[in-house]
Amino acid sequence: MCLGIPGKILAIRDDRGTPMATADFGGVTKDVCLAYVPEAEVGDYTIVHAGFAITRLDEAAALETLAMMDELGVIDEELGGESEGSAP
Amino acid sequence: MKYLDEFGDPDRARRLVAEIHAATTRPWSVMEVCGGQTHAILRHGIDQLLPAEIELVHGPGCPVCVTPLEMIDRALLIAARPEVTFCSFGDMLRVPGSAGDLFTVKAAGGDVRVVYSPLDAVAIAEAEPDREVVFFGVGFETTAPANAMAVVQAHDRGLANFSVLASHVLVPPAIEALMASGTSRVDGFLAAGHVCTVMGTHQYAPLAARYRVPIVVTGFEPLDVLDGIRRCVVQLEAGRAEVENAYPRAVTAEGNQPAQEVLASVFEVCDRPWRGIGTIPASGWRLRAEYADHDAERRFDVGAFVVEEPAACRAGEVLQGLIKPDECEAFGATCTPRTPLGATMVSSEGACAAYFRYRRSGSPAALRGG
Repeated sequence: MCLGIPGKILAIRDDRGTPMATADFGGVTKDVCLAYVPEAEVGDYTIVHAGFAITRLDEAAALETLAMMDELGVIDEELGGESEGSAP
Repeated sequence: MKYLDEFGDPDRARRLVAEIHAATTRPWSVMEVCGGQTHAILRHGIDQLLPAEIELVHGPGCPVCVTPLEMIDRALLIAARPEVTFCSFGDMLRVPGSAGDLFTVKAAGGDVRVVYSPLDAVAIAEAEPDREVVFFGVGFETTAPANAMAVVQAHDRGLANFSVLASHVLVPPAIEALMASGTSRVDGFLAAGHVCTVMGTHQYAPLAARYRVPIVVTGFEPLDVLDGIRRCVVQLEAGRAEVENAYPRAVTAEGNQPAQEVLASVFEVCDRPWRGIGTIPASGWRLRAEYADHDAERRFDVGAFVVEEPAACRAGEVLQGLIKPDECEAFGATCTPRTPLGATMVSSEGACAAYFRYRRSGSPAALRGG
């Protein structure tokens, strides 16, 4: 849970006052809350923890991290896979 | 060296390793606080690339590991209630309580669900108003903003059937407790990068000054960890003890302001027991009185009770960096990831699980050849 994972924002919507995004994590799509990174825009990369973006990240750094996580096979784990999901 | 090829940028890795070797003239113990860093170190064999003088000590930064036994027992009691839907991050499910774990409760018919975000639990509460939905809110400063927002949303939406079993822990008081104990062997710290993404770096300057320890804010990739170690060693060799940010792509001095504002509105500081370590003053967050209606501890009246941890488990010493996991007699024998005695063997971020996973096939040299 502490690793966090870079996600690319595909779309942004408003959910009763809370900015929410659809984000792509190396091919897996998930909902991400943007309440803490309200300046994020479509196309931006953010580091996501427990479904929340906590900071923006430049594209080169994000792609490097995603490639490494993919190689190590930890993306599922970071996205809360049931077998060995992730907490903080 | 085949090993370095796994570092994404092998040339940079080689350079960092060479710089660490060149800088080191004396023995130093460096503690990586975060369990994610512990795993990067063992997975990539970073400890094997360092000079013999540098010892990496694994710290208490795994929230699954330090969630106190009594809190797991509270979770088990609440989750077993027929009216409750108990939601948790996946890796809390196998953490042993005094009797069984959340999987046991689920197998016995309890409604235990794994969620990816605490907002998923809020959505369940909204969709199933007849259920008492409880979210197990564990984690360090990194996860707390997510859990805080879940409470705010449930409150704003009038979801009286949503509550949080909050057991948050904080990094700076843990560093303080380690250094104040007088038994610590730690000369310098690698601070947890994403904790600082949220909180900024200002909380660490007083600790660096008071205990004369460098604190280097470090990321989680192997190159990040190597760079953190390099900066820490350079400071130690120069007799400096400063807070240094080795993870500027994700960490600023002031941290995430919107997150800090919500955290301050939802949580207040409390004393918190850490599994295997004991109570550390002012080391946790609990819900403020304004959100008492969403506090599962109150709602289900799971008051204080005394629980004893298994005597054979030395997780507390591991979490304080006093012993390495394989120095415990139970390690790999009576304690394995399938039959864990303590949470450090359960969590994907626990030091014992990391040792078991990456070292069980033999010596580091064998791993290196693989």
